[in-house]
Amino acid sequence: MPSKMPSQPKTSFWARLFSHQIVIPILALLLLAIFNLISDPTFFSITLGHNSSGNAVLSGNLISIIDSGSELAILAIGMTLVTAASGGQDISVGAAIAIAGSAMVRVLCGGESSPTELKAPIIVAFLIGVAVAMFFGAFNGTLVAYFKIQPMVATLILFTAGRSIAAWINNNELPIVPGEDFKVFGGYIPGIPIPAPFLIAIVCFIVTWLIMKFTNLGLYVQSVGVNEKTSRLNGLNPELIKLMTYVFLGVCVAVAALIKVSRISSINYSVIAKDIEMDAILAVALGGNALGGGKFSIGASVLGAYVIQFLTTTLYKLEVSAVALPAYKAVVVIILVVLSAPTVREKLSRLGKKLRPDKHGAEASKA
Amino acid sequence: MRDKAILEMRGIYKSFPGVKALQNVDFTLCAGEIHALMGENGAGKSTLIKVLTGVHIKDEGKISIRTKDGQEQEVQIHSPQEAQRNGISTVYQEISLCPNLSVAENIFLGRGDSAFVSWKKMNKRAGELLQNLGIGVKPTDQLASCSIAVQQMVAIARAVDMECRVLILDEPTSSLDDSEVAKLFKLMRDLKSRGVGIIFVTHFLDQVYEVCDKITVLRDGTLVGEYEIETLPRVQLVSKMLGKELDDMADIKEDVPEFKATDELPVYEGKGLCSSEGISPFDFHIRRGEVNGFTGLLGSGRSECVRTIFGADKVTGGTVKMNGKTVKINKPKDAMKNGIGYLPEDRKRDGIVGDLSVRDNIILALQVKTGFFKPFSKAKATEFANEYIKLLEIKTASVNTPIKSLSGGNQQKVILARWLLTNPEYLILDEPTRGIDVGTKIAIQKLVLKLASEGMSVTFISSETDEMLRTCSRLLVMRDRKLVGELTGSQLTQNTIMNTIAGGDKNAE
Repeated sequence: MPSKMPSQPKTSFWARLFSHQIVIPILALLLLAIFNLISDPTFFSITLGHNSSGNAVLSGNLISIIDSGSELAILAIGMTLVTAASGGQDISVGAAIAIAGSAMVRVLCGGESSPTELKAPIIVAFLIGVAVAMFFGAFNGTLVAYFKIQPMVATLILFTAGRSIAAWINNNELPIVPGEDFKVFGGYIPGIPIPAPFLIAIVCFIVTWLIMKFTNLGLYVQSVGVNEKTSRLNGLNPELIKLMTYVFLGVCVAVAALIKVSRISSINYSVIAKDIEMDAILAVALGGNALGGGKFSIGASVLGAYVIQFLTTTLYKLEVSAVALPAYKAVVVIILVVLSAPTVREKLSRLGKKLRPDKHGAEASKA
Repeated sequence: MRDKAILEMRGIYKSFPGVKALQNVDFTLCAGEIHALMGENGAGKSTLIKVLTGVHIKDEGKISIRTKDGQEQEVQIHSPQEAQRNGISTVYQEISLCPNLSVAENIFLGRGDSAFVSWKKMNKRAGELLQNLGIGVKPTDQLASCSIAVQQMVAIARAVDMECRVLILDEPTSSLDDSEVAKLFKLMRDLKSRGVGIIFVTHFLDQVYEVCDKITVLRDGTLVGEYEIETLPRVQLVSKMLGKELDDMADIKEDVPEFKATDELPVYEGKGLCSSEGISPFDFHIRRGEVNGFTGLLGSGRSECVRTIFGADKVTGGTVKMNGKTVKINKPKDAMKNGIGYLPEDRKRDGIVGDLSVRDNIILALQVKTGFFKPFSKAKATEFANEYIKLLEIKTASVNTPIKSLSGGNQQKVILARWLLTNPEYLILDEPTRGIDVGTKIAIQKLVLKLASEGMSVTFISSETDEMLRTCSRLLVMRDRKLVGELTGSQLTQNTIMNTIAGGDKNAE
């Protein structure tokens, strides 16, 4: 019987570098930054101005990146967990945003098409949106965990039906949410010049980080993602854990929906968060997470989300036409995703070892 | 080459990194013969078959076959396709057919001589073939709708139709019931009368004696010998497989405490336990500080027994008492809550979480026990991990190293550490010493005895009988998925064990 070779000795700098999955998104970010610095140094200029409601706000390309990449970053958090636990992706997040957003609008407007005042407190609307999104997350999660349906197929159902459900919630009307209060989540908090969506994304990240720190979620999810059989024999309930990640993604969906709806104080069922599921999956891949499940890094995924936004903004800046944009984006994304694929990283890290055979040998004898 | 021989393997060597899987193995198969290939796990049976079927390439040695026109010819087999061209076909334990295609499609799949398929012709030919072999299915039936036995036979039909003269059946009966086995044997005898040579790999002794003509025994990658079935009684066969001569066995027993029947309540007591994996209901108990073990040949159901105790398989019946209190153990978590730990037989599939670090692998079970909201800090987890790395002398670069890059023995120690960390009252070790080096083996045996002396109850399973004798004070013997005996005290000798394992002493004399 072939047996495993003994563990390798201490690795060289390059090997260690490439073994960290966050390296690729950081390198991508750096490359994009350098590229922009060379092609147009003014890309990075940030100016302090005032918006229509008289708040002091920062503006500039970087600000627009951290602003508009936020929904994606929030989704990437949940998508990472779903990917890690179930070895598949949820492609219904865009449709789920439409549903959750629609539910919020319905509660805020009370069924009228253009009310003059909010019919319910924003927090109530938001919590109802969260509940709705969690329900649909549980629906997806149940199909995946208990009925063992391929995640992409299971979530295809909601992907197809979601926007119709969203339209149905508001009788296919496009109500306008009144007042300035609701605009805060997609705009600026008075007195703070940094876009609110970015702050919300940071809060989401910190909350997730705290959950990881104060619960065993990370260990359980990774264990289930790597080896379901072992996990079961160690007393875990793999189905329940997978279901939980889908419900958690539901919460992320609701937060993203709040920002999306707040940005325009209304909702367009067929356009809202369109294609965002693909970008969210890309962010996870870019972050170097194994799409087949297992080990994950949420930080890398979030960074991946901002890389995608950075790339989009850069291409706009280069005056690539909106029609051609996806094609350009695809080329860069392919390169990045291939580079950050775990198998490729392993190869690179081995290559790194080979590049410094002498050093490697020396370290081996030390170890 | 012998007169009737259709296949001859001479001096086969094959090694993998760190393991000599086959050393100077000879094997001869005659036309019209059913030849059993026997040996315990790791004896080299599957490697020999893989060499023959081109899955592995031999390092050294000669393989000759007799061609259709009676010529003897040396062949080099580099791929399964090449093996097939030479008339060697294999039917594996897991059926490697396509369940969603029809029977006829499965028989002819991947062998199209042209790009176009005449369905009518194909079904007709398949029909003739099936009738010829006495297999009662329609060519147009979907394979998945047939029983496992019929699927096996379809696989055989496929092999036969490829004009095979050497048919290898690798554990074909492990998922069949008695009547299905009978059907399969009828087909095998039928093929035998047509002059096909059949290599039969199985763990069931009864079946060997029912259907085979000759037995070749391998042990630790070397040839023990080739025997006519009449000349080799069961007990002899078992002793050859285990590598122990019946009488000149020194029964080493040093520090194993004598088993005493007492009134003390057993730590664990199960009555009428059975599971979805098809073992006959059995009773089992273990006392505080006792080390006992399940013994029996591979596939006799010893692992299934402990899996039932731990709730790893679906428990379908029985009652369990722990320290006199009735408890329910339906899933691993129940068992863990009741202080039971379980080191599974298949380390890679059920034991390790490959991509995760040594640290995470060590703390996993305890972290499940402590619950969702009580994670250890990284420092605490590292402290636990380091404590056991030191205690069990686990060789790892650091606590952050992924467990999959450790050697087998060290992986096993990590899993052992995982369970010791949960401080179990009752620990089940299923083949903890398989595939690991001698030093580690002895270390684990010593550890088991030490734990027992500290009051832990341990159930220990090993394929190596002397290892069991060194550690266990009571042995439960399994045969063909039934608990057939319990040995204690003076009964704990190689001879008694082998006799009990072999059972049904038809061929004992």
